[in-house]
Amino acid sequence: MSTVDARFRGGFGRFRLDVDFTAPARGVTALFGPSGCGKTTVLRCVAGLDRMAEGRLTVDGRVWQDARTFIAPHRRPVGYVFQEASLFPHMSVRANLTYGRRRNGTGAKAADFDDVVELLGLTRLLDRSPARLSGGERQRVAVGRALLSGPEVLLMDEPLAALDRFSKNEILPYLERLHDHLAIPVLYVSHDIAEVERLADHMVFLEEGRVAAAGPLAPLLSDPALPFARTPDAAAVIEGEVVGYDPKYGLSTLAVAGGAMVVPGEAGGLGAPRRLRVAASDVGLCRERAPDGLSILNAMEARVKAAEPLGDHQVTVFLGLGADGAGAGLMARITRKSWETLDLRPGSTVVALIKSVALVESA
Amino acid sequence: MWEPVILTLKLATITTLVLLVVGTPIAWWLARSRARWKEAVGSVVALPLVLPPTVLGFYLLLILGPSSPVGEAATALFGHALPFTFEGLVVGSVIYSLPFVVQPVRNAFEAIGDRPLEVAATLRASPLDAFLTVALPLARPGLLTGAVLGFAHTMGEFGVVLMIGGNIPGETKVLSVAIYDFVEALEWDKAHVLAAGMLIFSFLVILVMTVTEKRMRNRLT
Repeated sequence: MSTVDARFRGGFGRFRLDVDFTAPARGVTALFGPSGCGKTTVLRCVAGLDRMAEGRLTVDGRVWQDARTFIAPHRRPVGYVFQEASLFPHMSVRANLTYGRRRNGTGAKAADFDDVVELLGLTRLLDRSPARLSGGERQRVAVGRALLSGPEVLLMDEPLAALDRFSKNEILPYLERLHDHLAIPVLYVSHDIAEVERLADHMVFLEEGRVAAAGPLAPLLSDPALPFARTPDAAAVIEGEVVGYDPKYGLSTLAVAGGAMVVPGEAGGLGAPRRLRVAASDVGLCRERAPDGLSILNAMEARVKAAEPLGDHQVTVFLGLGADGAGAGLMARITRKSWETLDLRPGSTVVALIKSVALVESA
Repeated sequence: MWEPVILTLKLATITTLVLLVVGTPIAWWLARSRARWKEAVGSVVALPLVLPPTVLGFYLLLILGPSSPVGEAATALFGHALPFTFEGLVVGSVIYSLPFVVQPVRNAFEAIGDRPLEVAATLRASPLDAFLTVALPLARPGLLTGAVLGFAHTMGEFGVVLMIGGNIPGETKVLSVAIYDFVEALEWDKAHVLAAGMLIFSFLVILVMTVTEKRMRNRLT
């Protein structure tokens, strides 16, 4: 299991970079931030395509870069997916896929060709020329090509940014499947929070070449100190596990830290881990127990942890699920009037009325 | 009458092969290097484009002559002095036609950009491997243009040949010199055969090259 431990300091021209972060051995770590914050540069430094004046990079304890060492890009076992698929136009899809595989010295660690082709749905495309693929298909081939080179780290630089909405939706399920199959760390650069909510487990939030926050995804998204909670479409991400399914109404129940949530549709087999997304604007609060005759199915005990005014008229309330507030984090966007009328303050116990819960990952 | 034609074809073929071997690395360096003085090198390579062939031939004669250090080295290498020999012609032609190969190949390398080579590096290809398996195949249209231009240009050279090759039948008497001789001797019908042949050949070269290059480019996009 390879943990990525990175520190890069330096710059070119007026751009300065000074980052220090760790990406866990498993799961997707999103490098997130506005354009020009240096996230692509960080990725290029990890691959060895760019070199900062000062840097230290270890993967699984092995040094790729420090004051004395700089491993050349072609000697680093990374898989790199660029924003544009950048397939070799003079080779077939199959030759593209096997290019890195044939050069992977050991071959032992490389993923199985047929497995990758199957996982990414490339069987029909193998003998085509890249010129005759759609944008989404090209990017899938690029992902497969990177995986087949036997990487110990997968680096993805906004792989969806150059795609139209249709191609994006076509490729996202493949990336989600990948997420479940990969046993290596993935560094995923994105400036689209919706993508991050869907794919990432951890996040490194970059601002102007510095790490503004880093850690597991869910707490960061509902951290009052960070800008995510202040956006109009702020949402909490909650990890759940399928514990029941009601075939009569087609409703699944998922256990989450501090309670249980009901979502429409069959979420998966019992015990399957699923990610839920609850928008702050879909959560209302009441002070006592939930009123009778309510159409809302998800009414959960919670405790107020903090509150932040949003504009002049609204308040974002940060909640912890469960009577003790120790469960998963949730946000509720209510009016300032309600905040004052309900006489809420940090520590208050409330019932969160959740109008809608979305399953983030498709089954 | 056909001796100069065969000699010319032989000269052009050998020159083109040498040009590809010598010109491709130069073009690669000119396309990829960040050295500040690379344009100075580029200008030296391009000099034959603007220099009168007689000027070039004159200096080649001096440099390759047995009294210069270069000439001495060449003499040791080939076993005889280069001026007024076929080998001398090849050396002169290579230098004279170099920009016609380097320029299109350099443009082709520059058009590839960094990305395909970065992709190759992340797929464990060493720089040489990436050059051979990615850069060269992607630059094929430029290599074709360079080879054809180099070949055609060598076919038609006159001034440089006359200066360093002279007019030795079977050794240095190439087509253009032969045509000149026929005209001088008022054998216009013979001059016509060779000149018209050159005309048709040149037209075909350009036509075939344009069509082939277009096809290659289409296949790459």
